[in-house]
Amino acid sequence: MSQLNRNIIYGILLAGLLVAPLLFYPIFLMKVLCFALFACAFNLLLGFTGLLSFGHAAFFGMSAYVTAHAVKVWGLPPEIGILAGMVVGAGLGLVVGLIAIRRQGIYFAMITLALAQMVFFFALQAPFTGGEDGLQAVPRGHLFGFISLANNTAMYYFVLAVFLIGFLLIWRVVHSPFGQVLKAIRENEQRAISLGYKVDQYKLTAFVMSAALSGLAGSTKSLVFQLASLTDVHWHMSGEVVLMTLLGGMGTLFGPVVGALLVVSIQNYFATFGAFVTIIQGVIFVACVLMFRRGIVGEFNAFISRRRNQKREAEKAVPGGHADKPAGRTPPSAGAPETA
Amino acid sequence: MAELLGFPPQVLFGQLLLGLINGAFYAILSLGLALIFGLLNIINFAHGAQYMMGAFFAYLLLNILGIGYWPALILAPLLVGVTGIIIERLFLSRLYKLDHLYGLLLTFGLALILEGVFRHLYGVSGLPYAQPAALQGGQNLGFMYLPNYRAWVVVASVAVCLGTWLLIEKTKLGAYLRAATENPTLVQAFGINVPVMITLTYGFGVALAGFAGVLAAPIYSVNPLMGSNLIIIVFAVVVIGGMGSIMGAVLTGFGLGIIEGLTKVFYPEASSTVIFVIMAIVLLIKPAGLFGKAH
Repeated sequence: MSQLNRNIIYGILLAGLLVAPLLFYPIFLMKVLCFALFACAFNLLLGFTGLLSFGHAAFFGMSAYVTAHAVKVWGLPPEIGILAGMVVGAGLGLVVGLIAIRRQGIYFAMITLALAQMVFFFALQAPFTGGEDGLQAVPRGHLFGFISLANNTAMYYFVLAVFLIGFLLIWRVVHSPFGQVLKAIRENEQRAISLGYKVDQYKLTAFVMSAALSGLAGSTKSLVFQLASLTDVHWHMSGEVVLMTLLGGMGTLFGPVVGALLVVSIQNYFATFGAFVTIIQGVIFVACVLMFRRGIVGEFNAFISRRRNQKREAEKAVPGGHADKPAGRTPPSAGAPETA
Repeated sequence: MAELLGFPPQVLFGQLLLGLINGAFYAILSLGLALIFGLLNIINFAHGAQYMMGAFFAYLLLNILGIGYWPALILAPLLVGVTGIIIERLFLSRLYKLDHLYGLLLTFGLALILEGVFRHLYGVSGLPYAQPAALQGGQNLGFMYLPNYRAWVVVASVAVCLGTWLLIEKTKLGAYLRAATENPTLVQAFGINVPVMITLTYGFGVALAGFAGVLAAPIYSVNPLMGSNLIIIVFAVVVIGGMGSIMGAVLTGFGLGIIEGLTKVFYPEASSTVIFVIMAIVLLIKPAGLFGKAH
């Protein structure tokens, strides 16, 4: 795909997002955007650093509580409330990250899960979270003091702006030298250490960033639904964000967005069937792990690059067919990128 | 002896007993996790769901076939073991060459499916399962009242843990198992069928979880969600103990159960989080775990 084509596609996507509230129920769209940001933040850790955290609900949920409390009880404006939620998410991420990066692989997953469960029990017992009831009827307030967010359309564009800021930030991080080091850690941690990178510092920074952005998603969600509850900090939520990322394609930028859209749609569609949502999520997990580990966007990208290679091979086969290609560049064999 | 450390002894010993019972479940479950991890390199997230299945099989055996507690104590774990073998053959065996994380994700999915199916069929309110007639009542020990069934749970779980330890450390089969944990290729070269051993180990590990489930059924009600919260605590137990040693897993399980019970007496607010706090402290001081090998 040339850069021009790509820009056209991005433009269409953005235009689609701008007109979407005319076609779809805005609350649904906002839910998708919040979870898409959450999944993108999670993917920064799983997809680009290779760390599987099973405790991201802690950051998402705690930030939701902080924002809801700040806005509802202290009467702070929404932007300050969200900022406070993000700061708490980042702080919590720093503490959890410092403990969890002491082990690798599955231990890392188990430790984050256990620490998040601790946060869950804290949220259950602490007085400011409202226990089983959660914090309800959180006012959305006025953005910057004059834009009322009570209207769903206004709220939608605010959530869209938050999502785009978060997404572009992640895009920037992934394509920075810092992001390259993260990918190096993902591919071969020992080698990254031997090259002189302070791997633990990079991991911790990525963890805190991911936690802060998850917090941003949780804070925004608490304003959209005007609710922060135990569901947000439950381990089920941690599982859901893993599912979104896995289904969409970990390590791809758009994968988590696609995954979030699908998972939220399933939740909405099957909401009345109770336990069926859990069963379907379980089946998707099993299917993803057994059949398409690259996820939807990952498989799509692989398909595109495979086709491009086939085309190149075909052009090469016809004499003179590749006159516009730079000389001396040997295209990789058609099967090669599949194994990558 | 009216008071002990400022608490009536009934309260103190009562909580200690509860802690010991929770510890028994932690021990059996973390033992199974450690066994499975040793050979399969998979952290079995479905372990809690399989514990729940053990309790449900006992309940179903009683209510559909009229089979009582004692036969169920053998049959239900066997059934759980058989489902485990099917799961291993169908799903897990395809993952051994991949990153360990995929095993965790797959078994997480399986746990969601099992939990969802039982929730769909039986709701979340919990089903009663009566104590066996032979173990009703209790003993008055002077300083506390000891219900017979609870004493049995502690005795049975200690026996199962010791039996498993003897099996692995003192028998030829156990020697094969330990050898295959160290180097499966070499053991296979000696003519031992390692894939079958892997399958059976998974079956045995989850059967242990099923056994714990049957033991738990008369104490806690039979509930589709009974395993999911437990498994997270057991993960913390495994991280604290390290998965290097069988005895380590058992001792850590019982020890943490007792600590949790005592916390309920002295500082009840922290009782649900104390194990996670201990995990954090252990990770800061000795990241490999109390019995783990640094690598």
